[in-house]
Amino acid sequence: MEPQMKNRTFRSAAIAFSAAAISISLAACGSSGPAGTAASADSASMWGLTGGNQPVLQKSVTDWNSAHPDSTIKLDFFANDAYKTKVRTAVGAGQGPTFIYGWGGGVLKSYVDAGQVDDLSGYLKDNPDVKDRYLPAVLKNGVIDGKTYALPNNNVQPVVLYFNKDVFAKVGAEAPKTWDELMTLVPKFKDAGIAPFSLGGQSRWPDLMWLEYLVERIGGPEVFANIAANKPNAWSDPAVTESLTKIQQLVDAGGFANGFSSIAADSNADQALMYTGKAAMILQGGWIYQSMKKDAADFVKGGKLGFTTFPTVSGGKGDPANVVGNPSNFWSVSAKATEGQKKAALEYVKNGMFSDSNIQGLIDSGAVPVVKGIESKLAASPDKDFLSYVYGMAKNAPSFTLSWDQALSPAQGDAMLANLDQIFLKKITPEQFVDTMNATIGK
Amino acid sequence: MSTTSGSSRRALKTGPSGWLAAPALAFFVLFAIIPLFGVLFLSFTSWDGLGEIKLDGLSSWTTVLTDPVTGNALLVTAKIMFFSFIVQAPISLLLGVFTAAGQKYRAALAVLYFVPLLLSSAAVAIAFKALLDPNFGLGAGLGLPFLARDWLGDSDLVLFVVVFVIAWQFVPFHTLIYQGGVRQIPASLYEAAQIDGAGRVQQFFNITLPQMKYTIITSSTLMVVGSLAYFDLVFVLTGGGPGYATRLLPLHMYLTGFKANDMGAASALGVMLVVIGLALALLLQRLGGKNRNASQMEGA
Repeated sequence: MEPQMKNRTFRSAAIAFSAAAISISLAACGSSGPAGTAASADSASMWGLTGGNQPVLQKSVTDWNSAHPDSTIKLDFFANDAYKTKVRTAVGAGQGPTFIYGWGGGVLKSYVDAGQVDDLSGYLKDNPDVKDRYLPAVLKNGVIDGKTYALPNNNVQPVVLYFNKDVFAKVGAEAPKTWDELMTLVPKFKDAGIAPFSLGGQSRWPDLMWLEYLVERIGGPEVFANIAANKPNAWSDPAVTESLTKIQQLVDAGGFANGFSSIAADSNADQALMYTGKAAMILQGGWIYQSMKKDAADFVKGGKLGFTTFPTVSGGKGDPANVVGNPSNFWSVSAKATEGQKKAALEYVKNGMFSDSNIQGLIDSGAVPVVKGIESKLAASPDKDFLSYVYGMAKNAPSFTLSWDQALSPAQGDAMLANLDQIFLKKITPEQFVDTMNATIGK
Repeated sequence: MSTTSGSSRRALKTGPSGWLAAPALAFFVLFAIIPLFGVLFLSFTSWDGLGEIKLDGLSSWTTVLTDPVTGNALLVTAKIMFFSFIVQAPISLLLGVFTAAGQKYRAALAVLYFVPLLLSSAAVAIAFKALLDPNFGLGAGLGLPFLARDWLGDSDLVLFVVVFVIAWQFVPFHTLIYQGGVRQIPASLYEAAQIDGAGRVQQFFNITLPQMKYTIITSSTLMVVGSLAYFDLVFVLTGGGPGYATRLLPLHMYLTGFKANDMGAASALGVMLVVIGLALALLLQRLGGKNRNASQMEGA
């Protein structure tokens, strides 16, 4: 048993030793995954995410492959969290896919700095029709230092305040328009035995949506722009402290569902609390509409799902039309791909992605594609209320701030989520949060 | 007969050729020793997993050693180690003794106890995560309010929940070790004790326990050193949260390396883990006494 014991010790060491062994085995897992279609050795590879958009992307690529047998794409799907770790390791080891799926922001910048993704500015210049189809505010998120490295590939995902109309009718409440209204709603729902807000606190990133919107409403988009630009002590902005204080006041008032820090968003338990009427409201991404449409079809079809923007804060500087969330997901093209793979990838981006059937597929799934001129298509959808609302929100937003955990470098993002978790648990004070986060600037 | 031929003959007698160990040794060197030196090297660099690996002196070590999160991770690891041991050791010892006896129903129970060991850690964690959910879990499903607590979201409670789930998974393994150990004890010892008028409890403390000295050391080593390697279960169950409440050293290493993409600091943490693990293993072996060939049956 002695070797066995040592194995355990060294297994821990092996986990840390990230370089070759792990990435090779990860890459091996990738190639044995469920292949979309048979593909030649030089076909472009694409890694997508499981979830709401999976069937739409699968169909788009299958259609493309049957129409273009000479430039096929091999498609594999991965779960969100696993993908983020896997793709980075694979790209670092030169085993990444041709199409790199991403969110823009700090992670994209690290790929650009390491020379792992191609500059697509020239391609956009040669293909103005590709550039012109996008909502400009969304396209901007793939630009680093004036060059475009990533092109939007699916739907706009602003953070929305969803509410259960049945529950609101039961207590005779209106959707909150200001933070003060929101705070007065809390005891009303609590007295009725309903949690005011559901929150997937175990997943951590849903916590962040509260901070993002409060800072936006109180201080405007410049506060986070300074943080993202790594300005010294940027976290010390009074808007951050005030937002964190407001969050802790809401926690104290019992604003969040019991046991919110053990509710996981990746199992959709947070939204289930809202549509089952155990909680009245939830602040979540635009993408949960897709899963609620599937998991709670009667609730959504019956018009019981309400949605609104985040309330304003009195004295706040931010424009109430400003939005936070994910402008879209993006495709980057790997710099390590062969010429043939790159050519196939760019052809797909031009002619396969956002084809009429792809756009319709996204709309039918309950998502808003990031392209111009789809108002009439949205209006014809059974989900027109929500889709037109989200489209208008994204199109008319003076500022669309990318989710902070994506915008910052991975090291800062990780520290921010762990410390924000402590804020919600009241383990640290807003001042401690600010000090800890100031220390991560530039990391 | 010359001395040389004598010694070579003795070598023949002691067993088959040492080359039989070569394949295992090759794998060990390839997947344990070489990565170990790799980690040591990486701990003196800064690398984000994508770009160049840059030599960076001791900066990763200073980051790791001055970071309060590291101290907290060490403390959490020590707590998990301690509580895991005091929960698992007595339960598995008693279960092992219980299942070692020959009755059929005990054999049937032994098979049942063995089941958790057959499940993967990730599956165990996902199952417990669902069962412990305060709104949709066991408590809500069965209408038992005392079960509907915030098990995984309460910073003070979560550590004990983790200890419980770890015990649920690993007690069967240690039970098996103890079961084997008990079955090795010659029946003549118990017969002699019976004649001398010793009761069951006396037999347990005066025969079973002393006879199982080395089994206990083995099992304890695996428990203590193994608790440095609890990763998958905790990662899936809590992700190290809430806050840093269950961020164990191996988990901290993983999150530093693969979430925060700081491979230098993660490697420094990896080196710490190896050193602590080896030190603990050595210590436990020492506690067992130096002379491992001493008879366990003195006086029998």
